[in-house]
Amino acid sequence: MTNAGSANAIEMRGVTKRYPRVIANQDASLSVRRGEIHAVVGENGAGKSTLMKVLAGVTRPDEGVVEVGGKAYQKYTPEEAAHRGVGMVFQHFVLVPTLTVAENVVLGHEPRKGVVFDRARAESDVLALSRRFGLEVDPSAPVETCSIGVQQRVEILKVLARGAEVLILDEPTAILTPAEVDELLAVLRRLAGEGKTIVLITHKLREVMAVAERITIMRAGRTVTTVEVKSTTQDAVAELMVGRPPKHEQRPPARPRGPAVLEVKGLVARSDRGPVAVHGIDLVVHAGEIVGIAGIEGNGQTELIECITGLRAPQAGTVRIAGTDVTSSDVATRLKLGMAHVPEDRHRRGVVLDFSIEENVILGAPPDRYARMGVLDRGRMRTETLALVKAHDVRPPDPDARMSALSGGNQQKVVIGRELGRSPRLIIAAHPTRGLDLGAMEHVDSSLVQARANDVAVLLVSAELSELLAIADRIVVLYGGRVAGEVDLRSATADERTLGAMMAGKTA
Amino acid sequence: MRAALNELLVLIVAVLLSLGVGAILIALRGHDPFMVYGVWFGEALGSAGGRSQVIFKTTTLIFTALASALAFRGGMFNIGAEGQIYLGAFCAAALVFVLPASTPGFVAVTAAFFAALSGGAVAALIPAVLKVRRHTHEVITTMMMNFILLSVVNYFLRFARESAEVVRTPPIPAAWRVLRFERGYDGNTVVLLAIVLALFITWFLRRTRAGYAIRAIGSSPGAAELGGIATGRVTLGVLVASGAVAGLGGLNFVLGSPGYFEQHFAPFQGYLGIAVALLARNHPFGIVPAAFLFAVLAEGGQAIQEWAPPELGTILQAITVVFVVLGAELFARWEKRRLAHA
Repeated sequence: MTNAGSANAIEMRGVTKRYPRVIANQDASLSVRRGEIHAVVGENGAGKSTLMKVLAGVTRPDEGVVEVGGKAYQKYTPEEAAHRGVGMVFQHFVLVPTLTVAENVVLGHEPRKGVVFDRARAESDVLALSRRFGLEVDPSAPVETCSIGVQQRVEILKVLARGAEVLILDEPTAILTPAEVDELLAVLRRLAGEGKTIVLITHKLREVMAVAERITIMRAGRTVTTVEVKSTTQDAVAELMVGRPPKHEQRPPARPRGPAVLEVKGLVARSDRGPVAVHGIDLVVHAGEIVGIAGIEGNGQTELIECITGLRAPQAGTVRIAGTDVTSSDVATRLKLGMAHVPEDRHRRGVVLDFSIEENVILGAPPDRYARMGVLDRGRMRTETLALVKAHDVRPPDPDARMSALSGGNQQKVVIGRELGRSPRLIIAAHPTRGLDLGAMEHVDSSLVQARANDVAVLLVSAELSELLAIADRIVVLYGGRVAGEVDLRSATADERTLGAMMAGKTA
Repeated sequence: MRAALNELLVLIVAVLLSLGVGAILIALRGHDPFMVYGVWFGEALGSAGGRSQVIFKTTTLIFTALASALAFRGGMFNIGAEGQIYLGAFCAAALVFVLPASTPGFVAVTAAFFAALSGGAVAALIPAVLKVRRHTHEVITTMMMNFILLSVVNYFLRFARESAEVVRTPPIPAAWRVLRFERGYDGNTVVLLAIVLALFITWFLRRTRAGYAIRAIGSSPGAAELGGIATGRVTLGVLVASGAVAGLGGLNFVLGSPGYFEQHFAPFQGYLGIAVALLARNHPFGIVPAAFLFAVLAEGGQAIQEWAPPELGTILQAITVVFVVLGAELFARWEKRRLAHA
């Protein structure tokens, strides 16, 4: 796939893509050198994904030229792009959960022995590939048993196995923990070192500054400029991206802690796969404090949250909300006690995508709040939804709009507005800012800080240490289903390095 | 609103396309499609007997299709309407053994309504309990229950039948019969019950808290659970209610004409209800016109045997469903692409 005649691996010029109600790309250009790590940054809706879909052959542009290896695309199909050595790692993984890692990687290009699938060869090929690029996986493990970080490696391996020379990664770090992010960045450097060209779509500038050589900034569908990382600063890039200087939020001032609202004692829980995932966790969250849960994905956070919120039955231990033992109570009882829940999996648990905004707003409400004698009170649904949509700047501000038509950030605003709008005593928020752009992230975090000021107890699970350090009062680190350490930020300072060590299982 | 118009458009195009396919089939046999269609619709809609038969067939299909749609909206497939309608109708007809012949018509009809409702509910109860308790898939259990229920009812019919030669229950007293639209023909007022029920279920799903819970579970069980909805209880309730609705599907038979329960009285109407619900995209009220369309196709198909095989009606029913499902899918994709970047 290499073409020694041209210095640039990718040349995109004058790319315009119009959709009926919006122009996704307007005269966008991108040049990427061979063997370079090139970041494309911009807020959600800036047109990064569309531009990359054009490059990956998924979307045909209305105007413009795309050249890969010096030759222009004749047609826009994923096959054409793959043929030119362009492979894309999507944000939402496209994996068959019941198949093994190796089976997923070779799917569609299976090695055969006669007419039979040659599993041994598939596994050894995948193992060799994973060793070569430092992408550690267990080829024989079913994908559904793998953590998010490992699943992402499988996606990258899939693209490499097809012989890709250009790898496009769409928001690859959005779902990873700091340690996993570091691993991924190391992998990207190694891939670039082997001559692969990397295009990285993200809005996380810290990572971009750490790994990329050049950055192309997009805003409102246009490519604003391309800058060398060496000769710029993070704040300068952020300003180009957002169009205004970045805010640096101050830590909210410490408050006296109130009574315990959430008490977890000796909690033991199994994961879906059977093994014990939570090994006796004790945890207390008081009114008016934000307790952060840090840890690498798959260290018991999901199971802990599900036990607290009533979605999973623990093997042992107790959960109390506002003094009431709710260990074996259903979700409805916990909601009645003042629990609010911003779930980890927004699409599966947080919203009903087929429902309107209005119908999503009433999910989990007390039975009599939006209904009289079992009949829905449309007037009340409408007024409260309009208020929520306005207060949280949900777009479009139309109560009848389908949830599936909203961007991830706006969906999350509906969830946040719904959960915080019930004057809860306890908020369980799992990765509430995952996949959101800067503006939406600031909104979510300030909503949580606001709740804290109203004496709400907040339990915040986040893979973003920077987020926890910015707003949490205490950080509890989970490792292997146990509390590996705790830092009280009111009396001590901590940096990402010490917390990172705890997350890796080294007790402080 | 816009979505509803789209779906209507899809339906009309699908019907026209399937009629076009039918025209080709008729022309291939050397006949004039326009003439044959003229006879077809003239028979189904232009004659008193045809109209009456269309109403009669529509009635049963509305009930079985509503049963399918209700389960579907709750995230389930009820393939058991065939058995549920059978047990429901049998329970209603068996009232002749329970109630004295002097029972006033209003009381008897009400009793028959509840008997049919309960029969259908009981028929769906076993799959529902198995689903909630043992996580057995309802497609398997409801379908298998059809075989069991048909055999069980046929067994009891031996004791309930009128005489050794005739495999049916004794006819109900004339006072219990519901009104027929035209003397001497089958179409009767049970169709009004079916239409009212379709309206009620539409309203119930859209406007009540229980209906909301059903739709939430159907669209996103995970979110419903997070919202504190008792998913097990609602699931059980929906499947049982779906069975109950299907159980009403034989009332036009038992309370109208012929006025008794007969072995295999409505063959395949339970399965056909699934197709009707599909045609209506599982909108309870859309089922009324969809069932009507199916009835017209079936009734007219019988009138044209001279020029085309009677199966043509069935063929057109099937082609229409395929086109509607295909069209709806294309529309959904187009809509998704339109919204993807809006």
